[in-house]
Amino acid sequence: MGFEEFNYLEFASVAPEILLTVWGTIVLAADLMSKGGIKRKTLGWFAGVGMVAVLAFAWFMRPDPNTPVQLGGMIRNDVWTWAFRVIFILGGALTCIASADFRSIRAGGEYYALIIFSSMAMCLMAASTDIIMLYLATETASLALYLMAGFQRGNKLSVEAGIKYFVFGAVTSTVMLFGLSLLFGLSGSTSYGAIAQAVRFPDYRVPVVFISLLTLVGFAFKMSAFPFHFWAPDVYQGSPTPIAGFISTASKAAGFAILMRFFQYALPETISVQVGSGNAEIPFIWVSLLRPIAILTLLIGSFSALAQTNVKRMLAYSSVAQAGYVLIGVAAFASLQGDARAEAAAAVLFYLATYMVTNIAAFTVAGVVSQKMGGDDFKDFAGLGRKAPYLAYGMTAALLSLLGAPPAIGFIGKLFIFRSAIGAANQAGAGTFDYYLFLLMVVIGVLMVLVSVFYYLGVVRAMFVERAEGDTKPMLVPTASSAVVLVTGVASIIAITVVSGYFWNVALDAARSFLGLG
Amino acid sequence: MTFPILTLIMLAPAIGAVVILLLPKERSDAIKSVAAGSMAMSLLMSLFVMFSYDRVLGGFQFIEKLAWIPSLGISYHMGVDGFSAPQVLLNAIVGFCAVIISWYQNDRPREYFAFLLALISGVFGSFMALDMFLMLIFYELVLFPVYVLVAGWGSKNREYAAMKLTIYLFLGSLVAIIGLLAAYFRAGNTFDFFALRDNIAALPDTLAFQQFWFPFIFVGFGVLASIWPLHNWSPDGYAAAPTAVSMLHGGVLKATGAYCGLRFGIQLMPEGARLWMPILVIFCFAGLLYAAAIAFRQTDLKYIIGFSSVSHLGLVLLGLTTLNELGFNGAGIELFAGGVMTGLMFSLVGMIYERAHLREIDQLSGLSKVMPVAAVGWVIGSLTLMGMPGLPGFIAELQILMGMWQKSATLSPIGNSLNWHYAVIAVFAVIAIIINAAWTLRVAGKIYFSEPKDPQLLALPRLDGLEKFAIGLMCAVLILVGVMPNTVMSVVQVGVQAIVKGLGLG
Repeated sequence: MGFEEFNYLEFASVAPEILLTVWGTIVLAADLMSKGGIKRKTLGWFAGVGMVAVLAFAWFMRPDPNTPVQLGGMIRNDVWTWAFRVIFILGGALTCIASADFRSIRAGGEYYALIIFSSMAMCLMAASTDIIMLYLATETASLALYLMAGFQRGNKLSVEAGIKYFVFGAVTSTVMLFGLSLLFGLSGSTSYGAIAQAVRFPDYRVPVVFISLLTLVGFAFKMSAFPFHFWAPDVYQGSPTPIAGFISTASKAAGFAILMRFFQYALPETISVQVGSGNAEIPFIWVSLLRPIAILTLLIGSFSALAQTNVKRMLAYSSVAQAGYVLIGVAAFASLQGDARAEAAAAVLFYLATYMVTNIAAFTVAGVVSQKMGGDDFKDFAGLGRKAPYLAYGMTAALLSLLGAPPAIGFIGKLFIFRSAIGAANQAGAGTFDYYLFLLMVVIGVLMVLVSVFYYLGVVRAMFVERAEGDTKPMLVPTASSAVVLVTGVASIIAITVVSGYFWNVALDAARSFLGLG
Repeated sequence: MTFPILTLIMLAPAIGAVVILLLPKERSDAIKSVAAGSMAMSLLMSLFVMFSYDRVLGGFQFIEKLAWIPSLGISYHMGVDGFSAPQVLLNAIVGFCAVIISWYQNDRPREYFAFLLALISGVFGSFMALDMFLMLIFYELVLFPVYVLVAGWGSKNREYAAMKLTIYLFLGSLVAIIGLLAAYFRAGNTFDFFALRDNIAALPDTLAFQQFWFPFIFVGFGVLASIWPLHNWSPDGYAAAPTAVSMLHGGVLKATGAYCGLRFGIQLMPEGARLWMPILVIFCFAGLLYAAAIAFRQTDLKYIIGFSSVSHLGLVLLGLTTLNELGFNGAGIELFAGGVMTGLMFSLVGMIYERAHLREIDQLSGLSKVMPVAAVGWVIGSLTLMGMPGLPGFIAELQILMGMWQKSATLSPIGNSLNWHYAVIAVFAVIAIIINAAWTLRVAGKIYFSEPKDPQLLALPRLDGLEKFAIGLMCAVLILVGVMPNTVMSVVQVGVQAIVKGLGLG
């Protein structure tokens, strides 16, 4: 594990994580020490604004792409890590602020501290390049989420969500741990770099396939990818809505971060395949694993979403489908080479970032509705266009972005993903099996966009066309939620689209740093 | 970089909308003045563009190009050619009149005018964009204000109509987007119009590619141009929409459907157009005849006008199906003249409805005594619709029909025969035009020039100066273009010559 390389100054590279830990403790302590506790609303804003401050700090702590700090091989603080860190802290901050209005949580400092600790652990998940670190970070993030999912103790659904999430999570992470332990047995090391050196493909063909499968169980659970997506609808429905938003965005993104880091750094095994006239090195195992998973995740998520009558369940299945789109990008990333590979990784990062902003907006609106109407079925959204038009417009913007309609940012995200998949198809060369498979993925992706029109616009239809009792009276929208919806909704639809060139360049820098391309 | 006049034309209403949103709710006079002022600026600049367009030089002019998202091949690329310059002017005229007509809109005027101006701004952008992505952004940005305006300020059944309209147009645009993305991915990952056109032509399997993807784009945009049988949203939408929105939607927004079908459908994939147009012509003709027949039987004034706009677009699409200079010329003029005509008719119906709150033609009578200016406007609009010589409808319809005759003598891509069905359709299209003449005259006779049966109608408030001004402006444009067709013709011809030459179809 190379203790001799350890330099205490390197701790500066995880300063944002340290700050988050400190901040979480402060939030917890502030609530405990003040007489009678701080009011829920104040505390949410307090925690959220503090996280925004950490976010600003983290933003300026952008590491040098060529010499990432390793911290004794535990993490790799490259631009890729930095980008995910920004995503997670932003997601945590928005979740804190959105929770400020969420009355049924009746939460004290521990609730917000858990969000902050969970975001911190997700940052470490993206950074980890060591099995131990990976597992610790993943478990820290997950444990906090299990607790938060079951936070509404009086609510049966919420308790069920917490238990279900915990049981599923515990089982899948145990399977993953088994895979990781095999890897340690094969290589005698916990560090990704040493593993990549020790476990060479030709000798370890069977174990590597086996290990890939086992670890993928844990990753797929975090990503809510087929066949480990079953928990998603129940957990989303039962969790406090802001937490459902957090699970569906930040936690999912963290799943993709560990997946890509693990396969890129620990099992970069390749096989030689013929491409056109020359040969190319293709990571055989995970391309062949990820492509069917991507297709099935996409299909199952989309068609299950069609049948839902509850908006949070619909959003849960839609987030499964969204994971399918990202997996298309990951599969393309896995089989592409050179600059195109970096572009595919950047497409995944870009998609995850924009998806997070958009989905948090959607869940925040769902949270407001469930607070005001006492439920979050489609029928509870009826007449929202009359009661709170700007909230309804924000929701529409978010749904259109999830759908991928221009000018929303979701369109550009999907465009990048599909472009990478088509690049992968072209690289495989016309007429080959890979060519048709990647094209098939794009075709299915486009068809599922058309399917998604029906379930996303179902909400829009309920909001604007259906009438509800007393919908002529305007609804009082809480300020914190409207702030979140405004920031994320407007950002998702217009602002990022206009400056998406800038964000794309950031994502590309991150991807190049991730692949060591400088 | 030259003076960005196109951007300013597009931005003037958008800036107006932002200013309006910043004004306090109560100051409705200031709100309306800002709206009219920003539209007047757009109108003046559009006139300048139209008349300073170099007819000798031709091609795309006033071009602005900036890199936007280079990694996706997206740029901010604006420009007009002879075909789109008149449409920009059309949007400015109808938009200006729509703002004037809405002067007495006192239900949440701030939001109303802000959304109206946003709509106009989006339409400007769709006519000017030379980057497919930019065009799509404007195109989708238009749908949102239309929904809000119809659902928020419309008449009966407004939510249903607004949703129906939005879903139709949205799904149509998704189909078009799929076609456009296929072009994007096959032809060098660029959204730039010129690069796409050249790259598509240079593909090794260009013929098959164009023939497969052309219908996606053309029919996708055709939904907005109310191509039969996907026109169903249109009459419902227009019956429910507030007057100004009907004017803009029927007169101009539909024109963007036809225009995008031409620019991003026919021009990008001419071979596809050659294969599919002889089939699509049947649908366009069916739409024309069907709408005319329904309008003849309808008794609800707003529905009648709604169907007349389907009819008007039917003629435009017929012109586009010919793929020759005459037909395209006719389509260009019809887009412009028919747009003004539709705007005029919708505004007149709106004026009657807002005063009498009646839409059934049987209940209306003798209105020429109450609002003579409206009666004159109706007659001029009707004569344009039926193609009376001396008005621009004649020039447009004549050229479209001549274009169809010419097309009927060309060889069909399917089988080894002539496109003889174009000639048959041309003959029957005349029947549709005659039906149009019949119902407009019937309506004119019933509601304007009959003996007043209902004394209450005589007591209706008279038209005021602003309304007369708007009617006068639109009538003046129609008469001017009718008497001196060269004002528009000369520009359209320059554009069409270049387009037809670029198609490279023998």
